[in-house]
This record gives sequence, C-alpha cells and structure tokens, in this order.
Amino acid sequence: MASPGAMKKKADDRAKYQKLASSIVPRPQLARNIAVAFVVGGLICTLGQAVMNAFIASGMTGDEAVGPTLATMILIGVVLTGLSIYHHIGEFAGAGAAVPITGFANTVAAAAMDFKREGYVLGMGAKMFIIAGPVLVYGILAGVGVALIKWLSRG
Amino acid sequence: MATRRIGKNTVRFATPPVIVTAGTVAGPMESRGPMARWFDEVVPDDMFGERTSEKAERRFMGDAVKIVLKQAAVRPEQVDYFIAGDLLNQIVTASFVAEDLGMPFIGVYGACSTSVQSLTLAATLVDAGFADLALAATSSHYQTAERQFRYPIELNIQRKSTSQYTATGAGAVLVGQSGGKVKITEATLGRVIDMGTKDPNQMGPAMAPAAAETIFSHLADTGRDPAFYDVIITGDLGSVGAQILLELMQRRGVPLGDNYADGGVMLFQGVRGTGVGGSGCACSALVMDGFVWKRMCEGEIKRALVVATGALLSSLTWQQGESVPCIANAIALQL
Repeated sequence: MASPGAMKKKADDRAKYQKLASSIVPRPQLARNIAVAFVVGGLICTLGQAVMNAFIASGMTGDEAVGPTLATMILIGVVLTGLSIYHHIGEFAGAGAAVPITGFANTVAAAAMDFKREGYVLGMGAKMFIIAGPVLVYGILAGVGVALIKWLSRG
Repeated sequence: MATRRIGKNTVRFATPPVIVTAGTVAGPMESRGPMARWFDEVVPDDMFGERTSEKAERRFMGDAVKIVLKQAAVRPEQVDYFIAGDLLNQIVTASFVAEDLGMPFIGVYGACSTSVQSLTLAATLVDAGFADLALAATSSHYQTAERQFRYPIELNIQRKSTSQYTATGAGAVLVGQSGGKVKITEATLGRVIDMGTKDPNQMGPAMAPAAAETIFSHLADTGRDPAFYDVIITGDLGSVGAQILLELMQRRGVPLGDNYADGGVMLFQGVRGTGVGGSGCACSALVMDGFVWKRMCEGEIKRALVVATGALLSSLTWQQGESVPCIANAIALQL
C-alpha cells in the first residue's frame, strides 16, 4: 500500500494532469448541437402532429387519435432503425433524435437487432430493454410520484 | 545478471530477431484512409459474409495469419508459438484462430497495445532461442468492440468531441532469426499509468500520459534523442491525445519533432464519421504491420519506434466510476 504522502502526491499529479488535459480537449459544439437538436426534434414532432391531424381528419376525436399516432411514430422509428438509418439521424441530431418516441423505439429495436445473434431467449428476449429499461423504470417511478402529489393535493 | 536489459525498462535483443514478413487485412472504413495502399487485403463487407461480427473478426485475424504464412512459404507446424490477442472478453478471437491453426498458443491482452506486446514477446522468444519462428497477431472489429464496450450498433448516439472509431482489421507478423530486412532491436514494455481520466469517450487523454512515460523511458534507457528515429508512431491516441502527448513531452524536456505521428490519426485521415481518429488493437497493427513495415522494406524508413497504447478498462469498471488504467509498449525497428 502506498504511504499517505505518496497517495497525496498521486492525487495532486492527477488533478494537475486533468487540468492540462481539459485545456486541450475540444469543447462540445454546444450551440450547433442545441440548434440541430431543436430543428430535427421539432421536425419529428411536426410529423407526429401531421399524423395525428390525419387521424382526426379521418373521424377520430383528439383523445382517440393519441394511441394510433404514437404507434405510427414508433413504427417509423423501428423501420428506420431496421434500415440502418436512424443511428445516422442520431449521430447528426443528438437529443433531437433521442428524445421523441421514435428515439425510444430505436433503443428497443437496436438492442433487439444486436442481441438477436445470441438467440431469441438469452439474447433478444433478455436484452431488448437494456437501453430502454431505465427509461421505463424511472418513467413509471416519476409517474407514480406525480400521481401521488396529485392525490395528496386533491381539494 | 540480465544481460539483455538496458536502463530501467528496456530490453536490447542480443541477436536482433527479424520480421520475416507481415500481413494486414482491413475493413471498408480503413480502406478509405491514406493507409490503404499498404494493406495486403481489403474486405468491403465488414461482416465478412458471416452471421455474427465476432465470427467476422476471426476471419480478419485468420486471413492476416494466412497471408503471412503464404508470403513466407511457411507451414503452420513450422511455427513454434502463436502469440495473439484482441479486445473481446477472454480474447476469444485469438483463441478460436489458434484452435484453427494448431500452433502452441500464448494468448495476450494489452487492449490496443497488444500489437507491440505480442511482437515483443515473439521477439523475446526468438532471441532467447525458445523459438525459430514465432507469429504475433492482433485484431479488432468496430462492431464487436461497440457491442462489448459501448452500445448496440444501430443505437442513436451522438459522438463526443473526443470519440474515436474502433478499427476493423487484423495484423500478423512472423518473427524469425533470419530471413528479413527489418530488425527488432529494442523493446520497452510500459508501466500501467492512471492519471484519473474516467470518461470512456476520452481514451486519447487517458492514454497520453502512459505513452509519454514509455517514450521518455525508452529514450532515457537507450540514450537516444527523438531525432534518432525517422518516425515515432503512437498506436491510437487520436488527434486530441496526440496533442496532449506533444505537450507532455515538451514539459518533460524531450520535445517530439515532425517525425512524430499517431496511428489513429494516420489510419482515418479524411474519413468521415471516425471522430478524432482510429482506436482498437487493429489500429496500431494496421499501421505498424502495413505502412511502417512496408516503408522499411522499401528503405524509406530506416529506424522506427512504434508505441502502441492501450486503455485497460472494462465496461464494468467505468460504470463503477473507476478511472482508466493505461499502458504503452514501445518497440524499435531498424534496418
């Protein structure tokens, strides 16, 4: 085991190096990334709105149109993933492609495609939600939390 | 008394073993870069027509070995040791290829520094008289590495400003006592250095201190100046890591000159979508076994120092918040 003095020196050296490294590492292109995410994410949502309007125009109420709209967007996300296109959109647009439900569909489809090689049970079945799982877990948890607040604050 | 040791960390071979021949097989992205003209085989389909990318990676390594054996007109049973490694858990690529070849096998792991680590071992066995012929091979594959260390291939992920791109390909080198122009004269195996970088997207910044340490001790042990070498090539620091290395060497009073280049930068120069450069075992292997070896055979490079850098992390350790231990192994090649 290193002596306390040696450990202190190591920590100091590390801190010094991290400072040097971060002065050389290029900053993320924040302005570009935010702008592209906004535009691409906005386009995906506009497409979603157009799909919803189409369902409403076909005679559904607004509430009825939500389900089929989400299903359509998920289908688009999955098909684009299967065609090996969606990850290019993600590379270009970052959060703009990840946040809409098409991105969520991509995480499930991408994992399913990847782990299929290890079989349908131990591979695809077990690992399909390896990326999407945390989103579901914490999404549901947040839902319960919000519902609880609503219930407690009922008049 | 160890007679072949000079300085603190360096080995000087008594009768320098030679590279009998070297072979490289590269994937489609790699063949778009400036190193392509020195590859022996280019595979346009990175799946190599196989069902899994793991199988494809084995084909890359297997083909690199086949090229070497064919060029040297050597049968597998004439080779005393097969020393190989890759990035996959339990170095399965190397083991499966070894089973196919039927040579006595030493599996090694040095992450992306495996190319020089395995070549050093091969040279050591030949120099010490344990082998007449030893074969060193390494491979990596973009898809297998992504799957093991990062995310599914089709996942929408934006590359960070320091992300690198794992090279797809393999290199193999046959080392013998005679029968080649390029001599392996010295080798400096590195110490493991961890300067506290935790971000797995910053492999270059994580590995640069290890590269600096190994280059510094190699030059100190041999009493050489960086200008002694026509080229000093690091394995896969990428452009950011390379810049940090230059700064570190400057601060240590041994500035590197125009003869310095990074293999990761060389491999993917001008290739879109490869971040700040290549990485993976195949990166340094393709540059060393392709470009460096062939340029030396042509007499264009007379003295080369190849410093393969490796990040010795696992996908568990970085998820547990540990920093990345790194290593750099250097080998001196001379005509």
